[in-house]
This record gives sequence, C-alpha cells and structure tokens, in this order.
Amino acid sequence: MTEVSPVRVLNADVSLSPADDAVRGISPLALAIHRSLLWLKSPRPYLMIVGFTLFIGFWYLAVEVWKLPRFSEMPGPTEVVREWLSRNPTYGLSIFTPEYYMHIWVSTRRVAIAFFLATAIGVPLGLFLGWSERFKQYVFPVFELLRPVPPLAWVPLAIVMFKGSETPIIFLTFLASFYATALNTMLGVESIDVSYTRAASCLGATRWQVFRHVIVPGAMPFIFTGLQISVGVAWFSLVAGEMVSGQYGLGYVINTSYTMVRYPTIVIGMITLGIVGYVTSAAVRLVGDYLMQWRTRELALGGDK
Amino acid sequence: MSVQPVALRDYSAVPTQTPRKGGVRITDVVKSYGAAEAGVLAVDHCTFDISPGEITVVVGPSGCGKTTLLNAIAGFHSISSGSIYLDDELLCGPQKLKAQPGPDRIVVFQNGALFPWKTNIENVTFGPIMQGLLSRAEAYEKARDMMADAGLRGIEHNYPGEIASGVRRRVEIVRALMNDPKILLLDEPYRALDSLTKSVMHEALLEIFYKSRVTIFFITHDLEEAIFLGHRVVIMTTRPCRPKKILDIDIPHPRDYSVLTTRRFREFMDETAAAVHEEALKAFTAGEKEH
Repeated sequence: MTEVSPVRVLNADVSLSPADDAVRGISPLALAIHRSLLWLKSPRPYLMIVGFTLFIGFWYLAVEVWKLPRFSEMPGPTEVVREWLSRNPTYGLSIFTPEYYMHIWVSTRRVAIAFFLATAIGVPLGLFLGWSERFKQYVFPVFELLRPVPPLAWVPLAIVMFKGSETPIIFLTFLASFYATALNTMLGVESIDVSYTRAASCLGATRWQVFRHVIVPGAMPFIFTGLQISVGVAWFSLVAGEMVSGQYGLGYVINTSYTMVRYPTIVIGMITLGIVGYVTSAAVRLVGDYLMQWRTRELALGGDK
Repeated sequence: MSVQPVALRDYSAVPTQTPRKGGVRITDVVKSYGAAEAGVLAVDHCTFDISPGEITVVVGPSGCGKTTLLNAIAGFHSISSGSIYLDDELLCGPQKLKAQPGPDRIVVFQNGALFPWKTNIENVTFGPIMQGLLSRAEAYEKARDMMADAGLRGIEHNYPGEIASGVRRRVEIVRALMNDPKILLLDEPYRALDSLTKSVMHEALLEIFYKSRVTIFFITHDLEEAIFLGHRVVIMTTRPCRPKKILDIDIPHPRDYSVLTTRRFREFMDETAAAVHEEALKAFTAGEKEH
C-alpha cells in the first residue's frame, strides 16, 4: 500500500489558480511589458494627451489669439517651439546648439552629485533615527530645527563656507534632498509592523540580523518615496542656487534670459527642466521597482489582501 | 480554494513522536500596565497548565488580556509577578520579569507576519539560516520537503503577497515548524479569514498537529473553534483575565468537521456558551462605560 500523506490529500486542491500559474516565475522585463500594455489599454494615456492639448491650447489662445492683458508680454507656444527647434536660434539657444546640452549636463551633474550625497548620508541617518529611540532623542530636535530653513536662506553661508561657485550650488541642492530622504527613511522604519520584528526575534535573529533583514527592506517603500521627493526638491533648490551663482546650468539660463529679455529662452529652460526632472524622477522609480519586486508583483497581480 | 468533505482518516500509522515537550506552567501571573495602584490590571493571578503534545485553547472576548498572556510566554512583554515555566525551565519569574524570545516558542500572528519582501521559501528558511543551524542548501532542501508535505508545492518562489491569505497562514506555520519549536503560540491566526477558509484551515492545522505533535497554545474568541481544536479549553474572564472555567474536551482525536454535528460537541457548546456569553456581555458593558 502506498502511503499518502494525509496533509497532501487535504491540500491537493488548495493550490494557486491557473491564472496565478501563468504569472508565476515571470521575468521583470516581461512584467514591465505586461504593465505598459495594460497602461496602453487603459484610458489613462489618452486622457493625458487631452490634458496636454487643453493646456497648450489655452496657452496658444491666451497669448497668440485673444492676446489677454496679462499674457501680452508672454512668448506663445509657436514662438517657443520655433526657437527651440531652430537651427539658427534668434537668442542663441536651441536643440541644435551645443551650449543647450552643456547647460543640461552641468545641471544634471550637480543634481546627481547632490542626490547621491543626500542618499548616502540621509538613508543611514534615517534608518538609525527610526531604529534607535536614544539616537533620535539626540539628533532629531536639531534636525527638525534646521529642516524648515529654506535652501535660499543658506546661500550666504554656503558662499562663505565653500570655495568657488560649484560647491555652494551642490551644497544647496543637497540640503533639501537630504531632509526629504532622511525624514522618509525614518518614517519608513517607524511604519514597520511590530509583528515583523517580533517574528524575526522568535525565529532567532540577532538585533543586527533584524536590522539587515527586517528594518532595511521593510523601510524600502518609504525610502524610495523619499528618494523621489528628494530628486524633485533637488531640481528645485538647484535652480535657486544657479540663479545666485555660476555660469552654466538651466537655472542660470532662465535667470540671464530674464535680464537680457530673451523670453522664449526662459520658457525653453523651464520646459527642459520639467522634462529632465521627470526623467530623473522616473529613473529613481524604476530602480525602486527593480529592488522591490515583491511590491511591484503584489500591485501588478493584485494579490488578495 | 474549495472545500471538500473529508472522511475520517487513520492516523495510527503515524509514529509516536519523541518524548513530548512544550509543557508550559503558568503560575499566579499578574500583569498590570502603568503604576501599581492606578494601573490597569490586564492579567489577574492567572494559573493553568499547557500540557505537552496537546492543543490548549484560550477563549475570551476581544481585549480581555489573553494576548498579553501569550506575549509574556513569547517574551515580547514582561509580567508584573508570578512565573512561567517551559518544560520546568523558568521563562520569566520574580527575578526576571521578561522572557527572552527564542525559536523554542514561535508565534503565529493575528494578521500574519510573513516578510512580504522575502519569497515564501526565503521566509520558511529564515529561522535556521539566521541561527546558523543549516547551510542555505540544507535549509532549502528541508523547506521544500516540509512545504510539499503541507501541500505548498509550487509557491516556493512566489512572494507572500501573491498567494491567498489562507495559504499564507500555512506557510507561516511551516516557517515556525522548520525550527522544531517546543510550542507554537497562535494568536487568533484565522480571525481575518472567512468561515469556509477557516474550516479548511482548522483541519489543516489539526493534520499538521497530528504529524508533528507539537504543543499548541491557541488564542481565540470563537468558542466553536476552541472546542473543535482543543484538548483543553480555558475560558477567560474579561479584564482582568483569569481562567473562569477549564474544560477537558474528551472528543477523541483525530477530529474532522463531522465532529461539529455530534451530540458531545453540542453538549460542550451548551455547557460553555453561557459562561462565554456572560464574559462577552461584561466586556461590552465595560467598553460602554469607558466611552
């Protein structure tokens, strides 16, 4: 007589449904394609196009057709696009001039350096703030007092403290990023359900193992939310810094175009900032999705909760 | 997930396990929160035994303090006085009010505590790997066997978020059993499940129990669940929590869901329902007063 485990008999039909079988063992790339196809099938991309059309349409009508009072000095969309795509731009900056890319490159480099510094310092600081009550009691009040000080208020001290024009700008860009990252990481640690740390200690994990296997991955969703905010505010304070000093960068472009009355170039700078800012923020989200596949899968597959 | 009628099976072939372990003696345990006089008494001079190799179920209304007792055994909370022994070894007592959590007493949590960022098999192998008892390869092999045995084949590399909550509970129990614990502490593990899933889970738990003979301490507010699962049912008074009635359920094991319709089962229900209802009512009026 073959022995059949009683448990196996009972559980034979308690398995995943065929639909789950299909998605099991799916690669991240296939998952990404699956998700973008879903996105294309949903109404979202088309609503987005409608949104853009309405926005640009209003801009066009307000400036170029109706010539509304407040909009009379504004550059219209046709003027901006013509300048932007011109081989021989009136005000010297378009997608065909190397200078344009120089400005983008300088700004992106500053943001990248500041962002990596903010992450390298902010994430560990946030983890320890959330993990150790004592450490938080020392550090957090100072942190909370400095955090509301706007980066612009740091401009004079930044110029006094750091030599040249590059380091003060990077320092200003770093500041706001650092606060966002550290604060979100701390909240991430504090949001971890106590059951997880208790379960880990039941299973014999040491304090350090709990930190490594529960605290860090458990805080990851909040950390990446923080990093996305961090990239956003980095661009924010970068432009403030570049308006104050420096000879390159998109903030510098906007500021000098203003003083030299090159209005279409201002708008080119602004649109470029929007695009570059969105791309960096999307890149951070992609890295997060890659590192937290458990979460991407949960969301994509809608596992029952 | 579907439920099939299950016929009584013969467990006599299951070998008698190694000497039974996991007996817990709770003597005169008091737990109060806050200062001595003004404090809230959660557990009041509580004394009872959890017999090794048996299922002991504690029943009481929500918020009666039964989880406090479980947390004291697990080592998550200190006690105020009294003592708790595990197999005649002191866990906590007057000299040491808080037990040290460890893999000899593993808790299965109310809302489940599988790490969502680890795959099911990474969860199951967590204990032995963290403790350095098994190499990764050995742990994976053992985990695959145990998961297959519990009907969990094919979901090893899924994340907990991808499987049904009933299946998740079972993965969590396998994760606990990987450590060969003396006692499993289950804190209303099936509370969030619908009643059909729950009945499947009950039988699955019993089968795991018949195979492993691990001592089980089970907390619930569901009287039927308690009588169906337990060798012994401890009915608690509501805040402060103290045994009101201790019943030895003499319905023979192995049990399955046909037990629910037997006269003996109804008799136990009748005998206890009044006591449980009385405490639930007290808990309810106390709650009214607090608000």
